[in-house]
Amino acid sequence: MTLRIATFATAAILGLAVAQPASAQTLREITTRGQLVCGVSQGLAGFSNPDAQGRWTGLDVDVCRAIAAAIFDDPTKVRFVPLSSANRFTALQSREVDLLARNSTWTLSRDTQLGLDFTGINYYDGQAFMARRSLRLSSALELGGASVCIQTGTTTELNAADFFRANNLRFEPVVFATADETIKAYDSGRCDVFTTDASGLYAERLKLSAPNDHMVLPEIISKEPLGPVVRHGDNQFADLVRWVHFAMVTAEEIGVTQANVAAKAAEMRNAEVRRRNPDLARFVGADGTFGEMLGVTNDWAVRIIRHVGNYGESFERNVGERTPLGIRRGLNNLWTKGGLQYSPPIR
Amino acid sequence: MTLVDQAARVGQAPPKVAFLNNPKVRGIFWQALLLVFVVFIVWGAASNAYENLRAQNIASGFGFLDNQANFALSQSLIPYTETNSYGRAFIVGLLNTLLVAIIGIAAASVIGFFVGLARLAKNVLVRQLATWYVEFIRNVPLVLQLVFWYTAVLQPLPNPRDSIALFGGEVFLNNRGVVMPKPIFADAAIWLVAAFAAALVIGFIVKRWSAQRQAATGQTFPVGWTTLGLLIALPTIAFYALGQPISFEHPQLGRFNLSGGLRIIPEFVALLLGLVLYTAAFIGEIVRAGIQAVHRGQTEAASALGLRSGHTTRFVVIPQALRVIIPPLTSQFLNLTKNSTLAVAIGYPDLFLVTNTINNQTGQAIETVGMIMATYLFLSLLTSGFMNWYNQRVALVER
Repeated sequence: MTLRIATFATAAILGLAVAQPASAQTLREITTRGQLVCGVSQGLAGFSNPDAQGRWTGLDVDVCRAIAAAIFDDPTKVRFVPLSSANRFTALQSREVDLLARNSTWTLSRDTQLGLDFTGINYYDGQAFMARRSLRLSSALELGGASVCIQTGTTTELNAADFFRANNLRFEPVVFATADETIKAYDSGRCDVFTTDASGLYAERLKLSAPNDHMVLPEIISKEPLGPVVRHGDNQFADLVRWVHFAMVTAEEIGVTQANVAAKAAEMRNAEVRRRNPDLARFVGADGTFGEMLGVTNDWAVRIIRHVGNYGESFERNVGERTPLGIRRGLNNLWTKGGLQYSPPIR
Repeated sequence: MTLVDQAARVGQAPPKVAFLNNPKVRGIFWQALLLVFVVFIVWGAASNAYENLRAQNIASGFGFLDNQANFALSQSLIPYTETNSYGRAFIVGLLNTLLVAIIGIAAASVIGFFVGLARLAKNVLVRQLATWYVEFIRNVPLVLQLVFWYTAVLQPLPNPRDSIALFGGEVFLNNRGVVMPKPIFADAAIWLVAAFAAALVIGFIVKRWSAQRQAATGQTFPVGWTTLGLLIALPTIAFYALGQPISFEHPQLGRFNLSGGLRIIPEFVALLLGLVLYTAAFIGEIVRAGIQAVHRGQTEAASALGLRSGHTTRFVVIPQALRVIIPPLTSQFLNLTKNSTLAVAIGYPDLFLVTNTINNQTGQAIETVGMIMATYLFLSLLTSGFMNWYNQRVALVER
């Protein structure tokens, strides 16, 4: 008996000691598993939030659904894992999730120190402040001496400290572990100001007891490029995640939508049409083997658009002006329309 | 083997056995094997973690502690700003934990002691109240109680503009905490400390003199009252003799908050309230059990000797009850310290919350979790070391 336990324990330790190489195998794991595992927020309206039926929706959720569509031709083959800002990167490092699509800011230290890679920017954001209208504030520079509710482990926490220090203002930080605790403390009056990314402010404002009593101050105090994150070292999977986003942006550029993608793909069977629309031909996979280069099938982009839509459609559906969040495209418009969303060519 | 054989062997050398069957040799062999096994596990885990971190390009080591922290904290006992290092932020968290643990342990002991006495009181109302208190508090999870004190009791207080003024407008109560005048000590204030220390020393000398006199003559002397009088009188005399070396900074209403003065944040109040009331319920039961463990005969013997009931409790029951009380009390002290990590639920910047923030900002999970574990282990060993020493002092000396 003793011997058996010893043998078992030794085997277990040896098993541990064989470090798993972080090389190109995430995609293979996903295909074998038959499901993508995607780390999302614990509920941020417009970005990743379960709806009344418990179905996850949002701009970040669409990134995951698009990847699943490219791999499986089925946007429902995703398991969503809600993660707090505090444990998100650890969950990715320890292979609990395949990627994060969790409104995470791309910074140099996160890119280099955590063994992770950001693959792109699916939302250009910036940090702002929200306060009660009754305080009659017109600028964040009037916030000296205020109590500020912040969520811990975020770039927000650091930006707020930078902002107040740079402007020689004093403030009292009141820090909580989750977004819900933070917004509740603000709502109850523990703080004068609530600060997070501007998109988050609009989303969290919907949770307040009287949303219209609160206003977002005009200053944007930081750059918050939000994007999907994968583990460092698996370049194949990183490329796939990167190009899924680019495919959605390209589709908007060349006018491919969820409604017309099937028709456009069908037209491409005609050699004459193919010759006149080279970009579109490459996009739908009628020309070249771009899907195979990414490790998926050549109609990958068609699958993405058919199931999820192009970037503009995803934006308008989740956070756009017709949604409760009412966010304008602004920086997130296409580069051709004065925004920053730009895709390298698919060729 | 017969009894006669066994009796004959007593006093003889032990019978010779083969080397491999010698219990001593076997014992050493298994101990050594276990040691090798444990060392192997620890080494394996450490090198495995190191290899994996390197393979995944995750930085490791404790160098990050010198880097600038860049985040602010709402309560700090030492000067701290965002430009200080992660290491200093860690110390700030540690001191915040110690603050709540030390005040909490003292308050929980006092309240628990009286709850224990109340549980045994002859008065039905007192006894029932204590029983209800213990049964209710003990059976509700602590984290719920913390959230209750924080959200249901402290947050509904008015905002700073409508603060509740107490003590003639000197102290303000609002949903940002309690704000009171902050004492500013002039240099001469050091003599006040000296006066206080002198009062303590004189009190100690009086106590020894009184004990000797009582042993010789049987006469008693009110040592407690004398010491208390000295502790109040000497610093007061010094205060006025030195020309009042303490001034006060009064809080002023600013645009958002009361600025200046000394502020106790609601997170601290909620955490302390929750921990103290919760732990006091357990300590109350320990005290009750300790008192009941003293045999009735002791009380009866004391009254047969003519001791008054107060003296019976003080000199006969309590010293014997302490022997039963101290060991489980140690566990409660340790629990209170460790439970203070639940501060994370209400945003009090204790060791756990601050170190977690450091972890999130640097990504050094293994190092920071190691630091948290080592620190709580150290605090717990320190507490139990002290309590074991005290336990030995009050323990029954057997002859």
